[in-house]
Amino acid sequence: MGRYIVRRLLYLVVVLFVVSVITFGLMHAVPGGPFDREKALPPDIMENLNRRYNLDQPIVVQYGLYMREVLIPKCQDTHWLATTEDDAMIKFKVGNLYCKWMNFGPSYRSRSRTVNDIFRDQLPISMQLGVMALTVALIIGLPSGILAALKQNTIFDYLGMSIAIFGVSVPVIVLGPLMVYVFGVALGWFPPTGWGSQPPYILGFIPRNLGWDYFKYAIMPAVALGLGSSAIIARLTRASLLQVVREDYIRTARAKGLRERLVITQHALKNSLIPVVTILGPMFAALVTGTFVTELTFGIPGMGRYFVTSITNRDYPVIMGTILLYAIFLVIANLVVDLIYAYLDPRIRYD
Amino acid sequence: MTAQLKVEANKNDAGGMQLSRKRESLFVDAVRRLFRNRASVIGGMIILILALMAIFADVVAVKPYQVQVLEDQNTVPSWLIKVFPQMEGYARINEAYPLGADYVGRDLFSRIVYGARVSLTVALIGPLISLLIGVVYGSISGYVGGRTDNIMMRLVDVLYAYPSLLFIILLMAFFRGTLARPEPGTFAYAISQFDSALGGMLFIFIGIGVTAWETMARLTRGQVLSVREKEFVEAARTLGASDGRIMFRHILPNILGPLIVAETLAIPGYISTEAFLSFIGLGVNPPTPSWGAMISDGSQMVRTYPNQTIFPALALAITMFAFNFLGDGLRDAMDPRLRGTQ
Repeated sequence: MGRYIVRRLLYLVVVLFVVSVITFGLMHAVPGGPFDREKALPPDIMENLNRRYNLDQPIVVQYGLYMREVLIPKCQDTHWLATTEDDAMIKFKVGNLYCKWMNFGPSYRSRSRTVNDIFRDQLPISMQLGVMALTVALIIGLPSGILAALKQNTIFDYLGMSIAIFGVSVPVIVLGPLMVYVFGVALGWFPPTGWGSQPPYILGFIPRNLGWDYFKYAIMPAVALGLGSSAIIARLTRASLLQVVREDYIRTARAKGLRERLVITQHALKNSLIPVVTILGPMFAALVTGTFVTELTFGIPGMGRYFVTSITNRDYPVIMGTILLYAIFLVIANLVVDLIYAYLDPRIRYD
Repeated sequence: MTAQLKVEANKNDAGGMQLSRKRESLFVDAVRRLFRNRASVIGGMIILILALMAIFADVVAVKPYQVQVLEDQNTVPSWLIKVFPQMEGYARINEAYPLGADYVGRDLFSRIVYGARVSLTVALIGPLISLLIGVVYGSISGYVGGRTDNIMMRLVDVLYAYPSLLFIILLMAFFRGTLARPEPGTFAYAISQFDSALGGMLFIFIGIGVTAWETMARLTRGQVLSVREKEFVEAARTLGASDGRIMFRHILPNILGPLIVAETLAIPGYISTEAFLSFIGLGVNPPTPSWGAMISDGSQMVRTYPNQTIFPALALAITMFAFNFLGDGLRDAMDPRLRGTQ
């Protein structure tokens, strides 16, 4: 198991290397630079700006400088000042040395904020939305999938599966504006746009005010984002449970006179949830990255808008940072799921 | 499994078809199952109607999609006021537009009709591209096996870790930026001419193709591995068939079913990807109408003129419903593992 984890972590390094190279190459290949304006800046100023952000260097050097800032901790014996230059995601103290690590660099567009600032302020919102959407997906998906399977070919089954088809068929860009109109404008139950939490966050992303003030903003986007995934969970749970209840060990459990409820909860459910767990990793990652669409439709100040505008603005550090962060997230989510998978199903061994 | 299938096929045969025609009867059986599934028949019919609407858009649409009549902007027909009573008081009435006019005075209905072209073309071309790349890649990987397989699949794994939504956004920006004003006579110029002739859809196809083939490659590889050692492949090899012939004449026809089913189920995903790209302004070029772009325009005014969002949104949802119904029906009809459970 230990060797497996080490191998997977090495794989993570390879993945991040490839992702970073593709992204860096692709975004620099797009013509135009971050400081292009309708009215061109004077050449001297352009030159200074390019030198300031190392944009006058060869692309390989630029890549190296960027990755060094992100990967290698920098230490000195005095405090790091709270400037955009000395900013970093992680600052810590080793002995007498003050160290900073993971500096994603300045944002070329918003001159007073670094990419680290954007991550600190906006990423938690995207994370909250992703976590809540996954919760919605599980709350709706699991029970309806189980019910549909246990009452196969009844009204519950048809109803559950119709909702599932609805869920996969209605994308967020459809559901979002419709919900804004129906619940936000026509009925006035929820505020149509906005978000109810502000930094600082507990543990980096949990909001401090978990009351109606917060949830009145969060419910609509979380449902809009989670509904599609709840449909996938419902269908998978149903299919898996239907398969499991036909297994011999379920017949054995029934044959020895176990009560039906115990057969289902102790034997069938536990085994049928294994495939569901395996898709939770990719699904969570997809939800967190998928918050982009939701954020744009509901006017939520998460990462979505920053990423989309950073691309049109050629704001290289924002593009790089976002993609790297999401890639790390995806790989780790998959790793965690694989480990849970091995724990749940002892037949699986990673060597 | 095979025996069970035969029995199943026989049982469903009212006329008592001969067992010797097993291959055909399985296919006939699948088609019959598909037609017996009411939801997928409805889905298929909706797709057919949408396709006709897209092909004959010039006839169906009452107005050209790009003509702006600025004095008619944001006007609505009177029946819409009854549906959305809050518009009474500020909305100007104009019966010439069946679903109203948009913010620059273009006919909403005509734009929705023409918008079907984009969504349906993506629904048609997206699967073709991802099948083409994915099947070739996956079958080489699975058939050759060994080290090649290992390297090819690790590459897929790495690309799989690239957040695909972000990748496609970046790719679109790359295409749009690089090929914005190319020199006449160059390859880039030819590409960009072709793209603008398609209203900006070429790059969407490429973007979808680049991000969607990995799933297909994995699936194909798995399928190839599962039939590679079967007797009929062995038999073909003994008879001296070449690798290419074994791959394309013997293996591919046998694994095509699950691949087509998977691809059909992926179509709604492609449609929503296009809609999303157009929604954030990286999709089709204006004034080519795309439902995603229309939803985006409309959602700016969802409080005052909800019709401008709701109708394109409904069109998109209905199309995705139809493809999902059809895909589900296809899967149930062709996937033998689900026969027992349905």
